[in-house]
Order: sequence, then C-alpha cells, then structure tokens
Amino acid sequence: MSAECISPDFVAGKSLREIELTQIWEGNRRIKLGSIFKVQGEIGRTLDDCTVKITGNVSAVRRIGFEMTGGSIQINGDAGMYLGECMQGGSIIVAGNAGSWLGTRMRNGHIEVQGDAGDAVGGSARGGTKGMRGGGIIIHGNCGTEAGAWMQNGTIRVKGNCDLYAGIHMKNGTIVIESNCAGRVGAQMTGGKIVVLGNMGGVLPSFQFEEIRSKAKAGDEKVPGPFYLFSGDVNEEGKGQVLVRVTDNPDLKRNERLIEG
Amino acid sequence: MAELLIRNGCVFDPLNSIEGERKDISIRDGKIVEKVGRKARVLDVSGLTVMPGGVDIHSHIAGSKANCARMMRPEDHWRDPEPKTKYTRSGVGHTIPSVFTTGYRYARMGYTTVFEPATPPLKTRHTHEELNDIPIIDKGCFPLLGNNWFVMEYIKQGRMEELAAYVAWMLEATKGYAIKIVNPGGIEAWRWGRNLRHLDDKIPNFDVTPREIVRALCQVNKILNLPHAVHIHPNGLSEPGNYQTTLDTMDCIHDIQRANGPTMHVTHVQFTGRKGWSWADVRSGATEIADYVNAHDHVSIDPGQLIFTNVTWMTADGPAMFALFKFSRTKWFNADVESETGAGVVSATYKKSNYVNAIQWGIALELALLVKDPWKVYLTTDHPNGGPFTAYPRVISWLVSKEARQRVIDKINKTARRRLDLPGIDREYSLHEIATITRAATAKSLGLGCKGHLGAGADADIAVYGIEPRNVDPAKDYEAVRKAFARAAFTVKDGRIVVKNGEVVRSTQGRTFWTKPQVSEGIMKTVVSDLEQKFDDYYTVCMANYPIEERYLTASQAIATRGDV
Repeated sequence: MSAECISPDFVAGKSLREIELTQIWEGNRRIKLGSIFKVQGEIGRTLDDCTVKITGNVSAVRRIGFEMTGGSIQINGDAGMYLGECMQGGSIIVAGNAGSWLGTRMRNGHIEVQGDAGDAVGGSARGGTKGMRGGGIIIHGNCGTEAGAWMQNGTIRVKGNCDLYAGIHMKNGTIVIESNCAGRVGAQMTGGKIVVLGNMGGVLPSFQFEEIRSKAKAGDEKVPGPFYLFSGDVNEEGKGQVLVRVTDNPDLKRNERLIEG
Repeated sequence: MAELLIRNGCVFDPLNSIEGERKDISIRDGKIVEKVGRKARVLDVSGLTVMPGGVDIHSHIAGSKANCARMMRPEDHWRDPEPKTKYTRSGVGHTIPSVFTTGYRYARMGYTTVFEPATPPLKTRHTHEELNDIPIIDKGCFPLLGNNWFVMEYIKQGRMEELAAYVAWMLEATKGYAIKIVNPGGIEAWRWGRNLRHLDDKIPNFDVTPREIVRALCQVNKILNLPHAVHIHPNGLSEPGNYQTTLDTMDCIHDIQRANGPTMHVTHVQFTGRKGWSWADVRSGATEIADYVNAHDHVSIDPGQLIFTNVTWMTADGPAMFALFKFSRTKWFNADVESETGAGVVSATYKKSNYVNAIQWGIALELALLVKDPWKVYLTTDHPNGGPFTAYPRVISWLVSKEARQRVIDKINKTARRRLDLPGIDREYSLHEIATITRAATAKSLGLGCKGHLGAGADADIAVYGIEPRNVDPAKDYEAVRKAFARAAFTVKDGRIVVKNGEVVRSTQGRTFWTKPQVSEGIMKTVVSDLEQKFDDYYTVCMANYPIEERYLTASQAIATRGDV
C-alpha cells in the first residue's frame, strides 16, 4: 500500500469522514483509506496540534509522512518503507521497527525508531544522488546496509549495529554508530563525518590515516575517545572523515606506527 | 471496415500544398480516399488544426543501449510513473520511457511514425523485440555500418559492388531501413583508446579514412536506390571546433547526387556545430552550417534541440560518451559490439546557467531558424540526448514565437546570451512550416510515400490539434500552441481513433518498415561466400543464426528497391 496522505499536513482541518474516503493505492488499485484503517479521534485545527497515532502493524504501508512539514506521527507497531520521505519538519516516533529508505531525501524534522531499521536510512531513492539534506534520525536498534547513502546534511545516530556501506557516497552531515559495523564504512564518500564507537570491520584501502584524536565531536556532543582519524575516500578526492574508537579496533593498531616520532 | 469522415478541419498538408484550408478528410480501410458514403462515421473538428500524423526521423526509442540506460537509471523511473488506464498499460520513465509508454506518449502528441536511428546489427533482434511491443506507432530502425570491419575491408580493397551487395544483405538480415554512420572509424579507434577527429585521420589497422567510409556508403546508398539518405553523425561529436569536421563531412560527397532527395542527412547538428578552441570559448557554428545547407541540395539536417532538463546521453559513439562522462561525473556505461560498433550511455542534466549548455540550446534554434527551406531541417531533440521527445511541443513554441524564445534567452547564462546570434533572429515559423518540419519533410526524406500527407492513397494517420488557426496567433499565443501540440485532440492511426483529448482510447499494433534491396545473384553469391569465411573468423555467432526472419516482426512492411549492381 502507498499512503502518502497519512501525515499531519493532510489531516489538519479535515473531517474524519473525509479522511476515511481518501483514496490510497493498494498494488495497482485505488482503495479507500477507511477500508483498511479505522479513523477516530479529534483533529487539531493547526498543523502543530496534529498528532497522527497509528496502532497496529503498518509494515506494508509505504510513504507515511510524505513531505510532512509539522505536527507528529506516532506508530505503535512496525512501519513500512519510505517512512518520512521528503519530510520537511515535525517528528515521527516508531515503537517497533521501520522499513528501508527511512527518511529518504528528508530536509528537516526528527525521526526516532525504537526497534531496527532497514536499508538506506536517510539515503537517496534508487539511482538518485540526493540523500537527506537535514534533520535527525535516531535508531535504537540495528540498521541495514547503506545508511546515509548520498547524505547531504543532517545527523543519523544508530545505537545498535550497522550493516555494510554505512555513509556510501556521503557528501556532508554526520553518522554516529554506537555499536559495530559490518565494514566498508564511507565508501566513495566526498565529505561529512562518520563516528564509529564499536568495531568498524576494517577500513577501506582508499582511506588515509591522519592521526589519533582524544575525542570526537558528533553534533553538539563530545564523545570521549581516543579515536583513529581517517580521511577519504581518496578515489573520489574526498575530504570525508571517519573516526573510529581505538579500544574496539585492535586490527587498526598497525596505523599507529605511521605516527611520526 | 468502417468509414470515417473528418469534417471541416483547417488542414495543413504541405506535400499537397494545402495551407490552412477548410476541408473534409475521407477515410476507408485505413487509407485516405476521395469520398466516403453517407453512412461513414463523422468526426466534426470544425476550425481545428488537422495535420498528417507526425513522423519522427531520429529518436532513440528501442534497442540494447536504450535498455542499458533503463537499467542504469532507476531514478528516471520513479520520477515519472504513469498508471495504467482502461486502454493502456502502466509504465515509467522521463527520458527513457518503458516500451509501451513510448508508443502512448508519441500518439498523444499526434505522432504516428518514429524511426530508431542507431542499432548495432548484431543487437537488432533485441531492437525489433522492443519495436514489436511499442504500440500504435509505425517504426523502423537504421543499422550502424560506419565502423563495420567488412565495410572497411571492402573499401580498402576498392570492391564497391561487393560492398553494395553486403549492405543489401545486411539491411535484409537486420530488417533495417537505412544506412547509419556514427563517428566513422572513430569507434574502431576507440578500441585502441583513441578517437578520430578529422575526416582524413587514418583508422588503426584498416588504413581507411572516415572520408572514404562516408563517400563509399553514400555511393552504395545511391547504387541500391535506398528510400532514405545516409544518416550521419559526424566525427568529433561535442568537441569545441567540430563544426569544420561537420562541414567537411557534408562537402566530401557534394558530387554524389541522389535522384530522390538529399544524399546525406546530418543528424543532431547541435552536438557537431561548435566553434571555438576550448570549452570556455565554445561558440555557435550554426551560421556557417546553415549557409552551407542553404546553398546545397545534397544535404539535410536536424538540430537535436537541447531542453533544459535531466537527460540520458546514449549513442554508438563510445569515445564521445567517455569524454562527456568526464564532465558530468555521473554514471557511465560503455559497450563494444564485436566487429561492428560500440556504445556509450551517460546521465546528465542541462542547466540554463551553464555556459556550454546555453550555447548548445542556442545552436539548435539558430540552425532551425537560419536554414531557410523547412524541407531541409527537421524537428528532433535527438531523444533522449538533447531532451525527451515529450518536449517537442515546447520546441514548437520556441520556433513559432520570438517572444517564447526571448523568455528563455532572458534566463540563460549571460555570456552565452551575448555570444549567440539567436536574440537577433526574427524569423517565426508558421503552422504550415511546423507541419513541414514535423511530418511532411521527414516522411519525404524517409521516402515513405504513404506517410506525411493527406492525399488520396496515403495511410490514414492524422493528428487533430485543439487550436483554431483563424483565431490564434502562434507568435503571441505560444502557450496555447504548446498545450495543443502536447495533447492532440484526436490522433487517428490507420483510420482508427487512438487518442481523444490527449488520452489514449485504443491501443493498436503499428508496422515495422524495412528495406529489401535487390542485387544481382552473381554478386550476392560472391559476398555470401566471403561472409561465411569472415563470420567464422570474426563473430561469436554463426552466419545462419545472424539474419532476423521476417516472421520475427509482428507487423512487417518491406519496401523493395532495385539496386544497380
């Protein structure tokens, strides 16, 4: 199902009946929102008063919160793909897991997922070269491959583990991974910063070791280190930074001999 | 079959010298006839513009490189989805629409015939598979012969008759329509990491020059009496200063005259009509090229209009694509097709603020406006290289209205604006001239006697546009013109109404045109025995599996010609 209309922007100022009659796509057919969802409650008059609460498992529903500019969405279950696509403001909180392309091409706003997230969190849509441009995403669980692909700005914080290619093609912004990574972090990145607090699964050969830093800055927060600082991706003449905590990455210790004196 | 009468339209039929006359068009059994009976279905289009169905001479709509572009560019799909309707299938794609959508979008604009201008002979089976599936429109394809090893070997040996027989064999084997040359010799040189920029550069290992290839194939075209001219994309595509190579290419065959039209069609000249020494001082070479075309009858051109949008570059010109990829830094695809040709695909975006893009936009419009005879210059965007074919209505609005052009000129790069001659050109096309460059002249150039006009005997391919020429001044109401050409009020294909008010109401099967040149049996025998040996030496397929059977084409329409050998 594709339901761009489930967003505070669409709901604000409408009656329950109008919302029920809204047409959404199910496969290649048009159906009414009311045939899937039971719509109830009060509707706020302004956008910021609106909180859309979704109860149940909506992992088959895509594009919830598409282009939302304010208000909030709370999902007390799992969410589907493209949650918060192109969102420009407001907040989305998911109690369960979220699908792939979470917050893809978002410009602003805040997304928090209590469970796991799929692939390409804050990334670009297939084939595109524009990822998230602002705002923040927090994932308390694990996330899939290509987190922050083509990311242009904003922050992604993953409390769990990350699969391959975190920050691929990243141009700017910050990714903080508090646990381990499966590897190939920052492939083809041209800018931005990736901070890994767990094991990084090795560094790509196209990254250059710079120095050891005592702490890393992630947004407004300072994380105690020490950290190895790598820059790259050299193949792309990139100026991105990858900071990886020394204590969890004994395999990178060989870089220490490169430090002069 | 039912009869149809299109009543009281304002008819533009340049091939029959009818300019805006109120006229009825009678149709029976898919053909235009003098008169129909009283029981005929009547379509009252009082005052609306009626033209023959559009004929596009150059649009990359099918084949393996179009498909590679589709695979390479998923972003092109989600940017432009099209849901299914009662009569049409769903589809996607802005610059490289999926197969069915291509047919629907052309029909919506009143186009009924489209030619795919570059198909590697070995991959033409794929091209025909796609062409078979493109609904509504009639189509055809031009096999690439400008870098073919057999062609170059015959030229080197000076065996013109055998070369003619080989081209005849190839056109029949691939079910191709005309000879296409892309960067003659340059793609062969690309195999060795080089490119050829000038007409007299030597091709590695063959000791032949592009000039010899162009001349030989133009002579073959004449010997075989093929319906269309040789379709040429010259050397040095997109490089600054390449207009001289284009002029040399045009001039190198000035002594070869074809009875039934120009000898050579030089395509997307916007990419090969540039003056200057570097990218910083690229200028328009449109004046020189237009002067040459105005003074000579052996050549016709199409500008390949640039549109400021996202595009996909695709051509058999592998080296040019690599050079352009170095600028765009987006995605690049390169291919080599055995002993025949190559290909390249790159994604890109044209911007008004970019100096070179703005100059390209200007060159194309200058060419269209400076060539005085509309029978020598045809409307194309070199889809999808200059822009998608869906932008034709926009190009038409620029041609019919100086004001429409000026609105864009005001927004383009300032240096480009200063250096272009375009702001000083006052010419505005009439609807009659638009009908010429979009259907009559292209049909004539392709040698399709049954297309591009509304005389008795022609195919009943008709476009009705929702503007009344008596009440509309195209120069001022260019927006109305653009909207009308974007969504035809009616498109009639083979006597059936396929589009109503810009929406497809019926999906039909179009035909595939191909040429079947006849040459003497003796010479064909020699060539076939040559080929058997060479296929064993050069190809990964055996000769018996190479030709495409006629039954492979869903609706085949062969055009037989008699060669002079």
